[in-house]
Amino acid sequence: MKSLKTIGLKTVGALIAATVMASAVPALAAGGAQHAHEPKEGFSFTGPFGTYDQAQLQRGYKVYREVCAACHSMNLLSFRNLGEKDGPFYDPKFKNPNDNPVVKQIASEFEVADIDSETGDAITRKATTSDRFPAPFPNTAAAAASNGGAVPPDLSVITKARHGGASYVYSLLTGYKAPPAGLKIAEGQHYNPYFPGDLTSAWSGDHKHVPAGGVLAMAPPLSAGQVTFDDGRESTLSHQAADVAAFLEWAGEPKATLRKKTGVAVLAYLLLFFGLTYASYRMVWRGKH
Amino acid sequence: MSDHPSTYVPKTGIEKWLDSRLPIVRLAYDSFVDYPTPKNLNYWWTFGGILSVCLAVQIITGIILAMHYTPHIDYAFNSVERIMRDVNYGWLIRYVHANGASMFFFAVYVHMLRGLYYGSYKAPREVLWILGCIIFFLMIATAFMGYVLPWGQMSFHGAVVITNLIGSIPVIGTPILTWLQGGFAVDQATLNRFFSLHYLLPFVIAGVVILHIWALHVSGQNNPAGVEIKSKEDTVPFTPYATVKDGVAIIAFLFLFSVFVFFMPNSLGHADNYIQANPLVTPAHIVPEWYLLTFYAILRAIPDKFLGVVAMFGAIAVIFALPWLDTSKVKSMRYRPVMRWFFVIFVVVCLGLGWCGAQLPDAQVIPGFPSFNLIDGQLNSYLWLTRLFTLYYFAFFLFIMPWIGLKEDPLPVPASISEAVLAEHNKKKG
Repeated sequence: MKSLKTIGLKTVGALIAATVMASAVPALAAGGAQHAHEPKEGFSFTGPFGTYDQAQLQRGYKVYREVCAACHSMNLLSFRNLGEKDGPFYDPKFKNPNDNPVVKQIASEFEVADIDSETGDAITRKATTSDRFPAPFPNTAAAAASNGGAVPPDLSVITKARHGGASYVYSLLTGYKAPPAGLKIAEGQHYNPYFPGDLTSAWSGDHKHVPAGGVLAMAPPLSAGQVTFDDGRESTLSHQAADVAAFLEWAGEPKATLRKKTGVAVLAYLLLFFGLTYASYRMVWRGKH
Repeated sequence: MSDHPSTYVPKTGIEKWLDSRLPIVRLAYDSFVDYPTPKNLNYWWTFGGILSVCLAVQIITGIILAMHYTPHIDYAFNSVERIMRDVNYGWLIRYVHANGASMFFFAVYVHMLRGLYYGSYKAPREVLWILGCIIFFLMIATAFMGYVLPWGQMSFHGAVVITNLIGSIPVIGTPILTWLQGGFAVDQATLNRFFSLHYLLPFVIAGVVILHIWALHVSGQNNPAGVEIKSKEDTVPFTPYATVKDGVAIIAFLFLFSVFVFFMPNSLGHADNYIQANPLVTPAHIVPEWYLLTFYAILRAIPDKFLGVVAMFGAIAVIFALPWLDTSKVKSMRYRPVMRWFFVIFVVVCLGLGWCGAQLPDAQVIPGFPSFNLIDGQLNSYLWLTRLFTLYYFAFFLFIMPWIGLKEDPLPVPASISEAVLAEHNKKKG
């Protein structure tokens, strides 16, 4: 049986080696997108203790409102969300966000469709804090027709729906560049190395070096100076992109701060409870081992 | 153990009154207080208790989620996000439920591998093992249907891929598929019935768990030495000994659980499932949740679709037959010097299959390494690595188990649990 054991050992060794090799060099799919990265100054909300920077969320909301909202819906958000705890316009004086004057003011700037309850006629009225963000297009067909056939995705949970989250949004917005020579870009399309895609069929160069990234219908939406920040922050492309990415991160995960704070308390409690239970275990089992 | 006489003495008047009508307190006392457990159980034995906690957590959070969820293709996705935003602590309940599924599977795999290593499936525990296999199978079905409910891109296209597998069965496949989907495609009828079944199956699981525990209490627990209980010296009462040890393990497990729920709640999921289902757009790469990747890899390893389905279900079916495939007289692999190495390979192979299941089958394992085409795939590809692993998976159960059991010379097995404990104690002292 000695030989059987050696065979077993050798096979284990070979298999472990194969697995390690396989995991150490992840397969690269054709094309693939460039790895998303954070802005230079980082994001305030990363890490177990990270929280949203309210000033940044306010600036990000302005970028969304003035640029993104022209094409992108945010169907899951209501105006009241803006004034909720940890939100962009939260004010501790107004625990109920529906009383928050800033939120009320923002809502009143929008018109929403409704039905006149007296006559049954279709009307529009000023939005209230409980209304959802109105979508820029009445339906997806209209959205596609206005955007060269591509429907701009809803942004409510975009940071959770893309690998890389807020870093992806930031990288995409700042990452547009001229396509490398040999890459054919169709009319109305734009090259971006961070957009997931496979450019093999549009590439006339060396088939082993297909450029990373993909093409999308959205033209570079942001440029320096496009949005004026009320707090005087310099309106560079990077600043606008970082701020709107932070705003979208909040929109996708508005309870993240509460979640992390709760988590710290839960882990501290469990640690204490573990210590007590382990001590009881040692006491109960003394002499039995 | 069934031959263990009840030592419960009702003290108060109401206990005496109840005991002569419905001895439920007696049952609980005999099962969870006085029940004799082998005194050499290690921490691998705490996963049964951990799994009970997992099932309870999933059922409680699931019932609350069902109060707020809408099983309709137009509203399901948004109703889940509404839970995250507008339901009080809805984010917590949903993240516990979603990550709870992963935790449940992690614990069940440890539990099963523990049973495999220590021979817990061998006589007289065959029925106990089969009941466990049934629970595992029901868990897979429940988890799969639960993943469909948020109606994201991966939910929808995963449901399409998996239900269509049934369609590959010759002759009867298509009618069964239509019956299962409630139509000719995955649609409203499918979502609605998956919701209904996803609510039902956990209670079926709970029922089988009761049978599983009943069978356990008839045969008694196996233990690391793999020898049966011979005297009172071999055991300690369940309470406080096992309860406190299970408690330590459960709290440690909840710590890990909480790290995921509170600090990385989406790390085990797939980003595409935060995109509402769209039948017209297929995700580039459809993958199941991590805990099903091993079986998904086996499915893809076979060139023929129907045979792939047979292999995938076979990979689960073979676990049921384990008690009759192992020919060894010794239970615990602690005393099986050869078999334990094949067990280690088996664990590595299962993890390897899981890894392969997440890769594109055509991708190269070693980039740039020259290879040639063999049976519709390059040799240097995840397809062939998967095939190699799949071969070992089945060989382990069908050839290695029966063969090594007959050939191997096991080490001397201790005469009793007490002797095993004493030997270990002396070894520690040096």
